[in-house]
Amino acid sequence: MGNKQTIFTAQQLFHRYRDLAPQLVPLDYTNHPDVKLPYELIGSMPELKDNPFRQRIAEVFSEDGEGNMTLDDFLDMFSVLSEMAPRDLKAYYAFKIYDFNNDDFICKSDLEKTLNKLTRNELTEDEVRMVCEKVIDEADLDNDGRLSLEDFQHMIVRAPDFLSTFHIRI
Amino acid sequence: MRRKTKLPGGVEEQTGRSWPRNVVAMMMRMKARMSLPRGREEEQPIRRKEAKPRTVMRRTVMWGKERRERREEGRKERRRKKKRRPRVRRTPLNSLTVVYAGFDSVCPFLPSSSDSNSNSSEEEESMSEGEMARLMEEVEEKKKLIANIRNKPWRMQRRLKLLKEAQEFVDKFEGALGKGKGRKWYAYKVMMTKKWIKFQRDFENFRTACIPWERKIKEVESHFGSSVASYFIFLRWMYGMNLVLFGFTFGLVVIPEVLMGLPYGSIPRKTVPRAEQDTAQDYSVLMDFNGYCKYSVLFYGYYNDQRTVGVLKFRLPLSYLMVGIGTFGYSLMLVIRTMAKNADVGGGDGEDSDFTFAWKMFTSWDYLIGNAETADNKYASITTSFKESIVDEQENQKDENIHLRRFLRVLANFLITCSLGGSGYLIYFVVKRSQEFATRDDLSWYEKNEMEIVMSLLGLVCPPLFETIAELEDYHPRIALKWQLGRIFALFLGNLYTFLFALFDEVNTKLEEEQSIKNASIWAMKEYYANYSRLMNDSEATPPPMDPADVIRGPCWETAVGIEFVKLTVSDIQVSYLTILIGDFARAVIVRFLNYCWCWDLEAGFPSYGEFDISGNVLGLVFNQGMIWMGAFYAPGLVGINVLRLLSSMYYQCWAVMATNVPHERVFKASKSNNFYMGLLLLVLFLSLLPVYKSTDINPKKRYMNGKDKMFDIIMETIDLDLPAFMGTLFSYAANPGLIIPAVLLMVLAIYYLNSVSEAYQNSNMELKKKMKMARDEEKNRRNNADTTNQVMKDLEDLLPNRSLIPPAPPEPEKPPEQEPKPKPTKTKPGTAGKGVNLQKDVALASSNPNARGPVSRPPGPRGPGPGPGAGPGRGRGRGPPPR
Repeated sequence: MGNKQTIFTAQQLFHRYRDLAPQLVPLDYTNHPDVKLPYELIGSMPELKDNPFRQRIAEVFSEDGEGNMTLDDFLDMFSVLSEMAPRDLKAYYAFKIYDFNNDDFICKSDLEKTLNKLTRNELTEDEVRMVCEKVIDEADLDNDGRLSLEDFQHMIVRAPDFLSTFHIRI
Repeated sequence: MRRKTKLPGGVEEQTGRSWPRNVVAMMMRMKARMSLPRGREEEQPIRRKEAKPRTVMRRTVMWGKERRERREEGRKERRRKKKRRPRVRRTPLNSLTVVYAGFDSVCPFLPSSSDSNSNSSEEEESMSEGEMARLMEEVEEKKKLIANIRNKPWRMQRRLKLLKEAQEFVDKFEGALGKGKGRKWYAYKVMMTKKWIKFQRDFENFRTACIPWERKIKEVESHFGSSVASYFIFLRWMYGMNLVLFGFTFGLVVIPEVLMGLPYGSIPRKTVPRAEQDTAQDYSVLMDFNGYCKYSVLFYGYYNDQRTVGVLKFRLPLSYLMVGIGTFGYSLMLVIRTMAKNADVGGGDGEDSDFTFAWKMFTSWDYLIGNAETADNKYASITTSFKESIVDEQENQKDENIHLRRFLRVLANFLITCSLGGSGYLIYFVVKRSQEFATRDDLSWYEKNEMEIVMSLLGLVCPPLFETIAELEDYHPRIALKWQLGRIFALFLGNLYTFLFALFDEVNTKLEEEQSIKNASIWAMKEYYANYSRLMNDSEATPPPMDPADVIRGPCWETAVGIEFVKLTVSDIQVSYLTILIGDFARAVIVRFLNYCWCWDLEAGFPSYGEFDISGNVLGLVFNQGMIWMGAFYAPGLVGINVLRLLSSMYYQCWAVMATNVPHERVFKASKSNNFYMGLLLLVLFLSLLPVYKSTDINPKKRYMNGKDKMFDIIMETIDLDLPAFMGTLFSYAANPGLIIPAVLLMVLAIYYLNSVSEAYQNSNMELKKKMKMARDEEKNRRNNADTTNQVMKDLEDLLPNRSLIPPAPPEPEKPPEQEPKPKPTKTKPGTAGKGVNLQKDVALASSNPNARGPVSRPPGPRGPGPGPGAGPGRGRGRGPPPR
């Protein structure tokens, strides 16, 4: 019963993946072919193409860190971004997405980047600085001037909208 | 890329064809495992698993042939298992299915997780109690793993593999334990849960889709901020309320009258008089709501005065009165209910939350957006909301000369009071003069229209003046808006006053006229009969009734009042639409296109584009509604006109604001509750209640109400005639002052009690808020570098290398059951992206942290016994994922 649906979802995802580049992705995955789709293809999916963080998403979920995805990475991405993924998992990956320089802390520069991506650089420098300071001030529990994963989770799990906005429907 | 040798699907193929390659791959994997660091939580379970399950296993060897393998441990076993596998026959076609079997449990597309299925209930051996218990424990652990596996930030492959193993184990031993009997029921339940969740979501979507203009308003909000959107939300609310009023009026009054009342032309009240008939269809006459309009269902005068109409014996007069009262009652109830609800929301919203900016930063982008236009709107709305919060924040941080500020505020209020008083006096003066003028005939055009001119001049000059003075106060724009609203409201009250004054004047003259005309009409009737009998010379014969068009009748003052209201509403619509067209649209066009050939920059310089005038629009709406409330009784059609107005206004203003206006300089957040607007509305409701009540009280409605002196007599009549006698006595008791006064007292007491209760709640609320704030500060101070209790957090932390906060803790002796042994300790840092691609390929379940991996801080612990006991090597799951 539920079985069918399940496979369907996985297969559906696979087809989505394959449709991005039918010439690259074989139908037969028995041999686990070594196939990667470049970021350009992943980022142009309708689900991602309008997302300001698409590059980060692809980078975080791809194994090579450059946005080139295997089928597994692809499945990973959509499973984490699916509606049913647990909050902590989502929070963890959200943290990675917003951690632009991969130093496991969200520091000021990460915040600035995030903000500028969100507002398309429409805020003045003063405003950006102020917002970043406020964010750190609000969420930084250990006063080290940057957000650790812990800080981030502490803050994000209380956010009312996090679960409803941090997912992609296929 | 990675070879999924662990997965049965892949294994078969590989072992079938290229054994050596498989071995190479395995060597690689071993190497990787050896060299890569592992999180401490991984070793732990492995070790334990090694120890514990094996004892169980030993007893159960004989159960099935798969059991045998479980005894072995270490690499040898794993290798052997691999070789033993090839017994599955599958076409490559459904390889995907098999490889990703259990995908749903691993990655949570579907709600349920623990699917212990596949009916392997072969083993029915006997076991001792202890074994049983241990086995059950084991099964429970596995089940927990299955349930929790999606919480782990592991790579897909690893999750799939672990899940498969756990599932196989559970399958096997659950059968052995005789559990899992209610599987069908369970599966059914799971399915229903899923369906239910889906249904709920669809229903939610449907409900959201049913809210009208949601997208339009969102669009406006994203560009102009919530303050402008609050006007449109208010407009929408107003539309909803008017729709209900419209439903009442039309369903209970207009339609019965049209269907069952006397047709047009049957009685004088329903006929255009002979003298007016020539012009009754002229456009200008109709636009003034005279002619045919005047004698139509739009107005009071048209309605029947019989006690019942039609075959259904519909009590039209009663229904008319009740609808009139119901309009007020419903509006009052709705306004108050909305206010209460809004107050609720206002208390609970995240206005003063601890994480305003952080949440905005990290949760405001909606990852669901897959449409360029929506994305644009979202960017705009995020920017706007940031700006709103920045304004709020700046307001908080502002500290300046408090004395100067106070002085300026007092001064501003003084100035505004002066100008309000001045305009009040001006209005009073003009009204007095107009009374004087009313008796004279030789008036110039100015003198005739003096009142209107003064009123519109005041309306034109004062609001900008107030706004300018309000600059002195330097309030937060949200508060400034409220002040502005209140002040203009006070000004408009003068407007209302003059209007009502003129109205009552007119009513009184109409009443006198009516009285005299009544006599005239009786006289005319007599004359008609006399003439008839004289002409016919037949005093016996009943004369045919007079043509209703010829009957002389007095002006129906109710209809006249109704016409006034309708005219006022229509002219209000025209004026406001024209203002938008000229003041906004034409201005925008000029600024936009003349800018190419102008001496200065029109867009940035003087005229610029208009801003959306929130206060003016809100007040316009509020006063318009007041007109509707006052006029609805005299002109049932007014409600319909108003509904049309609101409807068109929605589209028109939405378009106008998007096309011609620019956002405010300081975009500010509206208070979540529109309660200020609602308060104004409530005030207007009371104000409009007064004149209506007054008019029903002082003016007998002989013509309509069937000879009753007062309108409310119709209720008494209904009670007397239609209800059983005891009801009448009951009502007369209820109307006894001795009963009413205690009732009123009781209500006052109740209000007092509820008020003090709510105050107490508010106080305790504040206390709690304070406490929360303190707790948070404390939390902030306490640098929590200690172990977190959250298991998932631990998992996540372990993924991050270089956790300076977490000292490398010694492996804890006991682990929560989710920490299942990893058959292959592959959860390691794969290294930087460029560095170890090859290696990475073989590390089947490498985690994705592509950045610097920490140094290997500890040697790899003892390796687990390979796949868990449940995952017998021979049990390739060739049958696809387990049924749920």
